[in-house]
Amino acid sequence: MPTEIHRDEVRRLVAGGAQLVDVLPAKEYEEEHIPGAINIPLKQLNRQTIAQLRQDQPVIVYCHDYQ
Amino acid sequence: MSPRAAWRLESLGFTRVFDYVAGKADWFASGLPIEGKQARIPRAGDVARRDIPTCRLTDRLGDVLARVQATDVTVCIVVNNNGIVLGRLRTETLDADPTGSVERVMEAGPTTIRPDTVLAAITKRMQERQIDSIVVTTSDGRLVGVLYREDAEHYLDDFQPPTEGGL
Repeated sequence: MPTEIHRDEVRRLVAGGAQLVDVLPAKEYEEEHIPGAINIPLKQLNRQTIAQLRQDQPVIVYCHDYQ
Repeated sequence: MSPRAAWRLESLGFTRVFDYVAGKADWFASGLPIEGKQARIPRAGDVARRDIPTCRLTDRLGDVLARVQATDVTVCIVVNNNGIVLGRLRTETLDADPTGSVERVMEAGPTTIRPDTVLAAITKRMQERQIDSIVVTTSDGRLVGVLYREDAEHYLDDFQPPTEGGL
């Protein structure tokens, strides 16, 4: 089950090598995103697009907010 | 959206998946860096003065007045031990009984904005409402600084939007 985390834990995990993934549409990602995040829109999340992610490192996903 | 993405990643074999549920809205509202086209738009956090005097609820007004007079600002922000904004003192209220406590005369729960508030929009609002300054905090309520309308206006007057493609 995925673990929900807060901002401070995001910073700590990223500093330790975690991968940050913005799952919003590409246009929104281009407008603004968290530094260091790569974009894999939710609609395109599949075995081909996740090949760029490392299986041995944590992955953090985010979108805009609670909505 | 992110919860579904997190579960999907687990179904694809990832075992250490985390969901930053509060998302980039939370990140930007706390004053942390932004990348992307919108990053170039001036924000309140770019112009807010950070060197603002602070005080505690139980501080004496006489002590606070001395602290504020050592600066060129007109406010002192009341914070707790975690840096959370509880109130605001304007210099005129500091002329009260110097032995009195901050808590007695402060303006409790002042209006605040976030560091990622678009500067042009908030400046326009401050002009319309004749507001000279506004407190800037993170989404947690932690003090970032104070945005002065005059500083915002000068910044926007000098700001040159980047051209597409550059020169």
